[in-house]
Amino acid sequence: MAMDIIFGERANPGVEADVAGGGLWLNRADLKRVAGWEYKPQGFCKGEVCVPVPDARKGEFVDASGRYNLAALATLIGQPVVTDAEFNVACVGEAASERKRMLTSLDAPDFALPDLDGKMHSLSDYRGKKVFVVSWASW
Amino acid sequence: MPIAIAFDSGGNAATEPWIKAAKPTYPCLIDRRHIVAELYDMVNVPTAVWIDERGKIVRPSEPAGVTDAFRKMNRTNFSIPTEAMNELQAKRKAYQDAIRDWVANGSNSRFALGETELLKRMHTPDDGQVRAAANFRLGEYLFENGHAEAAKKYFEEAKRLRPESWNYKRQAWALEDPMKPGGPEFWAAVDSLGEGKYYPGPEDI
Repeated sequence: MAMDIIFGERANPGVEADVAGGGLWLNRADLKRVAGWEYKPQGFCKGEVCVPVPDARKGEFVDASGRYNLAALATLIGQPVVTDAEFNVACVGEAASERKRMLTSLDAPDFALPDLDGKMHSLSDYRGKKVFVVSWASW
Repeated sequence: MPIAIAFDSGGNAATEPWIKAAKPTYPCLIDRRHIVAELYDMVNVPTAVWIDERGKIVRPSEPAGVTDAFRKMNRTNFSIPTEAMNELQAKRKAYQDAIRDWVANGSNSRFALGETELLKRMHTPDDGQVRAAANFRLGEYLFENGHAEAAKKYFEEAKRLRPESWNYKRQAWALEDPMKPGGPEFWAAVDSLGEGKYYPGPEDI
């Protein structure tokens, strides 16, 4: 079925996915496109990082028809997965360990957001200046 | 360079009147998904983070020169006792002075925290709290796509998983009814803090 998969910054609409048994089974191309992961002999790899799949549990991650369970992989590395079965939306969030790694590095995480006119501004646009980021809300 | 981030899933419609009234000379960005709250682990507004010229955090997320003065508000006539107002104004001035000191003195400012103090003050989310964020994100996506009713259960789950987040509570309430973030549920939640702070943080900045 077609799922909207929110992963990182992006929402990927209409990704063909099998959600049987709480999984999120994607084909090779979509796994790469949506989540950046590729399945290799060493396990699931993204850039320099590879996550090995426990042999005894391989069937939870890889099926005979060449699909890969993003939900199982995400859960393995501590990423929360929340799915809405009514509107076919899945959200894969960032892991606590990754948030910790990012923040404790003391490098300010970059972000890109629009102003009222829809013009995008990134934090990194302001490198070279001291930046005072302050949140507020209409509520 | 100040950058104001509106944690407003209501987008331009919610934020435009406020931004226009402020006539800002700095970027005011609209954060419907509360991305900056996720990245910097912010649970309330106004929360600030200081970032230097090299893109390094010099003060982690903290309440920006605010106190719990509003809790002393008379809920009928909305007046706040003078002593609480004076304390709030003093806190605000102290915070603004600290910012000016940093602008003038950079890393030599005592308000630009050293690494040890920075890491001591910095909070990073645990498993339950990142799950709260994923629920909020899903709820916001459903809301943005016109499914406000379906979104509610994910906002509720976010609130349940991260009860200290006033952002989740008040944003979800605002999407139901603009009066709700300042209504009886809000005051009940504030009262249930007891001695706990609405704006927790060190007394000495």
